[in-house]
Amino acid sequence: MNSVLALQAAQVRFGSRVVLDGVTLQVALGERVALVGSNGSGKSTLLRLLHGLLRPSAGTLLRDPAATQAMVFQRPFMLRTTALNNVALGLWIRGESWGQARTRALRGLARVGLAELAGQAARTLSGGQQQRLALARAWVCDPAVLLLDEPTASLDPHAKREVEALMAEFAAASAAPALTMLFASHNLGQVKRLASRVLYLERGRVMADLPVLDFFDAACLQQHSASAHAFVRGELLRGALWHGRHTAVESAPWPCGFRALRLVAWRRCCVACRFPLRRPGRS
Amino acid sequence: MPSFAQSISTALQLLGSADPVLWSVVARSLAVSGLACLIACVVGVVLGAWLAVATFPGRGALLALVNTLLAVPSVVVGLVVFLLLSRSGPLGFLGWLFSFQAMVLAQSVLVLPVVVALTRQVVEDAQQAHGEQLQSLGARSALRASLLAWDERYALLTVVLAAFGRAVSEVGAVMVVGGNIEGFTRVMTTAIALETSKGDLPLALALGLVLLAVVLLLNVAIALLRRWRERVEGDAPMPLGDAVLRA
Repeated sequence: MNSVLALQAAQVRFGSRVVLDGVTLQVALGERVALVGSNGSGKSTLLRLLHGLLRPSAGTLLRDPAATQAMVFQRPFMLRTTALNNVALGLWIRGESWGQARTRALRGLARVGLAELAGQAARTLSGGQQQRLALARAWVCDPAVLLLDEPTASLDPHAKREVEALMAEFAAASAAPALTMLFASHNLGQVKRLASRVLYLERGRVMADLPVLDFFDAACLQQHSASAHAFVRGELLRGALWHGRHTAVESAPWPCGFRALRLVAWRRCCVACRFPLRRPGRS
Repeated sequence: MPSFAQSISTALQLLGSADPVLWSVVARSLAVSGLACLIACVVGVVLGAWLAVATFPGRGALLALVNTLLAVPSVVVGLVVFLLLSRSGPLGFLGWLFSFQAMVLAQSVLVLPVVVALTRQVVEDAQQAHGEQLQSLGARSALRASLLAWDERYALLTVVLAAFGRAVSEVGAVMVVGGNIEGFTRVMTTAIALETSKGDLPLALALGLVLLAVVLLLNVAIALLRRWRERVEGDAPMPLGDAVLRA
């Protein structure tokens, strides 16, 4: 197995606070790894560590020097200039001439459907458009490893779908060499749709590291990590209650072994909405 | 001694009469402060941006020193520059004492800490908020500092205007190194001080009104710039979407 990223007993400390503790991890070429966990569990820190923005306080980080990396943040930073210049900037910093960088940036903008907004000030774009711009900025650098830190967390549902579709396209389109993608997400549906492997983090430790099908299999997850099981259960219920609609409960892709939760969620929705509906059928 | 109302009326007449003495003092004052501000900004913005991203032993002490220099009285700056430029001083060979150049140098030294400290603050805030993203694109610290300074150009323009305001309104340094020589080194603030002590209140008031107008214009320029920047370049925060709703 070709490993593009490897961590060996890595620890990250901020002062006396241990943010990541003893993380050992190998990421193979072409894997799509989702990092899940509550806020403060260390997902962003792990991504920053893997991208080289942080140095491990202990342990080792090995990166394939030939594998170009790019990272997309939850709130992308756009300079006070046009969308085109913002995308070209990444290429220019990597050593391309400004003219060549702008030509490639235009292709990148077309790739994410923003070609017509190339001349517009980047900061006047919507949150979803700025996130697509950030994806274009990462994509034009032709990365072998793409790291995304909750790229859809602060977007509305429509923009969320657009960005997710782009992520799926990037992962699918780059067949040779395969794009390795690591992303942090709170959205379990997104994790299920995009990831091939899931890492569950809790207080800076990796508590579960499973293929996506196993992660969403209640019995398997319970066997591996009771805390990960509890997290997924809580997130599914929270998600159902967040939507607060019976339809959402009924149409949600309840994972294997978690279907019993569906009834609980449905009942809670009934209470929340004060509107009894038919009992959900078996999915 | 004329009453306040009489003085105001005479001052307005002086302003309207295109008095050559008055307007030469105003022009010299603007030239000295403008040039000093330009020099201080060229050096100060580079130094401030570098200080914002650089990490080295003694950085904290250097920042404390720069912040202390913000509060140095202008007469002390004038005294130091006077000693530097005096015949026995290290820069005495220039022969600049009691000249236009001496006043520019004194005001540059006076304003430099303001530009450095404010630029450092602006760029450091931007670095904390966005530096990591630029770093993720491959920008090293010098390029990061330049990009962030360029990105914060409107905030820095405000710094420039603030520095000009400080320079044009100071009196101590130019008085000490310029000597307030009529027709050569007399500027608005030193002229106001002199005319007031002589009892020529209308001229002092007229110069005071011009000084006020300059400061007012600067403030208007800052406000207009800020408004234009918000309108054209979209400085509104990103929509938070459901992240806020969830919280």
